[in-house]
Amino acid sequence: MTLNIEDLHQIAKIEQDTQQGFQHRINVCVAAGCLSCGSGVVKDALAREVGKRGLDNWCQVKGVGCLGLCTAGPLIALEVGGRFYQGVKVADVADIVEALGASPVDRLLYPDDSAFFQRQLRIVTENCGRIDPERIEEYIAESGYEGLYLALTQMTRQEVLGQVTESGLRGRGGAGFPTGLKWTTVAKTVDSTKFVICNADEGDPGAFMDRSVLESDPHRVIEGMAVAGYATGASQGFIYVRAEYPLAVKRVRMALSQAERMGILGNNIFNTNFSFNIKVRLGAGAFVCGEETALIASIEGRMGRPRPRPPFPAEYGLWEHPTLINNVETFANIPPIIRHGGKWFAGIGTEKSKGTKVFALAGKIVNTGLIEVPMGMPLREIVYEIGGGIPEGKRFKAVQTGGPSGGCIPQQFLDMPVDYDSLMQVGSIMGSGGMIVMDESSCMVDVAKFFMEFCMSESCGKCAPCRVGTRQIYDILCKITAGGATTEDLATLEDLCDLVKHTSLCGLGQSAPNPVLTTLNYFRDEYLAHIHDKKCLAGACKTAKEVS
Amino acid sequence: MKEESATPERKSASAKQPPEDHRLRMVNRTMQLYRNQSHALIETLHAVQESFGYLEEGVLKHVAGTLRVPLSRVYAVATFYHSFTLKPPGEHTCVICMGTACYIGGSGAILGDIKEKVGIGSGETTPDGKVSLLVARCLGSCGLAPAGVFDGEVAGKLSPDNVIDKIGRWR
Repeated sequence: MTLNIEDLHQIAKIEQDTQQGFQHRINVCVAAGCLSCGSGVVKDALAREVGKRGLDNWCQVKGVGCLGLCTAGPLIALEVGGRFYQGVKVADVADIVEALGASPVDRLLYPDDSAFFQRQLRIVTENCGRIDPERIEEYIAESGYEGLYLALTQMTRQEVLGQVTESGLRGRGGAGFPTGLKWTTVAKTVDSTKFVICNADEGDPGAFMDRSVLESDPHRVIEGMAVAGYATGASQGFIYVRAEYPLAVKRVRMALSQAERMGILGNNIFNTNFSFNIKVRLGAGAFVCGEETALIASIEGRMGRPRPRPPFPAEYGLWEHPTLINNVETFANIPPIIRHGGKWFAGIGTEKSKGTKVFALAGKIVNTGLIEVPMGMPLREIVYEIGGGIPEGKRFKAVQTGGPSGGCIPQQFLDMPVDYDSLMQVGSIMGSGGMIVMDESSCMVDVAKFFMEFCMSESCGKCAPCRVGTRQIYDILCKITAGGATTEDLATLEDLCDLVKHTSLCGLGQSAPNPVLTTLNYFRDEYLAHIHDKKCLAGACKTAKEVS
Repeated sequence: MKEESATPERKSASAKQPPEDHRLRMVNRTMQLYRNQSHALIETLHAVQESFGYLEEGVLKHVAGTLRVPLSRVYAVATFYHSFTLKPPGEHTCVICMGTACYIGGSGAILGDIKEKVGIGSGETTPDGKVSLLVARCLGSCGLAPAGVFDGEVAGKLSPDNVIDKIGRWR
């Protein structure tokens, strides 16, 4: 089966007509967060209730991807009227159906004026919470695969590369390497076999953006990868996804087979001579596999250990062929860039960081969940307006970005715009987008210890600075939190951090000291209190004095 | 990295005669899907773990032979990745998330309570073989911190009391 643009429009039209045939549409979030508080049962109960009342042709009940506000789950969106119901239980179902077309059920309503939904700008997550991720037709109805069609039939490879470069898109996996440059490098290599890999090994604890995108809108990532395949000259793609995300794996596999059946993947896509296939590869729980050379080793069926770069995977990657590796969110940005043009994308964000960024808000914050905001939004706005501030009237202490590779940003930088370069300046990194808010009850030394324990046990053991250094740093941190350290230990700690940062082989080791360095920099008094007064200022650690 | 070894006393009959075990069918099918190429090793180990519950020594030898990969490399891969286990799991599995958000939310205290009241730490199984405890790096359910998985079902907003209660119902 080979589709052309008319077919795509036809599918879209049928789908839109079907949708519009319903007076009411109830969207139930069935992403992992809401599912685990019972949204699956609620969805079935709603469908049963609608059926029982014979309203099947009048009201549609469907499962959609992440609505964002995980804390209020199970979450339901009423498409007519645009209101949300939070914390819905099966017992509420009859009232919800009863209230359709009348005034909504007040006790379940999520406040209308909440900044959480209003202050966001959705590009990557534009379809999340609106379409059924398990049906390709709904994606097509939202202009899905139109970008791929445009690229294949009306643009040369050079033009696609030009648009991506012009957009100013930077890699969303953390380091922020310009995507256009990466693509061009792979496109320039001379090799008949090239690969495109989507890095969905979202290992940062506290980050769940990639999972949500894959669970809520898997076709978007597939489309982005196919465009990348066309632009770089690759015909085989891999999605390397964590085995810890069973729902994401299931939906990606489902999406792939739907796309193959429609001829959107496979040979001679849209009647052109471009062919592209995608396979899923499962990770097996190794954080280091987020590093690109380790990820390649893992796809090859070996231990996920990084190797020195250069040569970069763009020239010498999977099975020694040129390989393009991008993050899920990076690929998800591609379809709108192709549809609206690079210039449109470059108009959003700051001078050096274009577009939007998806963040996973978690920790001591009122609205935990997934948000997407334009680059450059001040941290204060994210934490206090969208995030709703700190619960229980406690005081803000720090926000941690970038996972174990990032740092803790203290209060004095709350007005800083969030973009790649500003975060780098204060010693943290953008990372993949986890944002964990901490209040006064968190001890910063303990937090640094937590991350160091993580890096220590996730170190692959190949290079000595990381393998031995992280262990030594961890031991000193344990000594400090237990109240047994001296001032010399603090000096050794700083020396060690410097050593590990500058001599480790890959990004894991090079960035492992960041949490310690930033907390030493901004919260030195807490370290000193543990050392001199044998006291934990936050009351989180049991120091020697308190134990005795 | 984990240091684990297979426990020979719990080796089942399948280890002696691998080709006749029905659980091997899925494993063999996975390998055939990749035309027995060596890069299918990790996918195959996932299949082994899914059908057997853990990586059984006899099956690992069978996989090494079929994919023509040295057994040492199979063992290296099996012990490198955290998802794989060489020990048979208990009847029920409880996974507690120790991601950042869950840690900040108090999952450390939950683990402490399990250790104290049930007597097992991460990667351990109760002596009666009923309950295994695992620690996850991050389940990605940070919005529901602290989170855990009880026999495959994710549960959020846990407290030490309701975790002990859930485990108690299994025993």
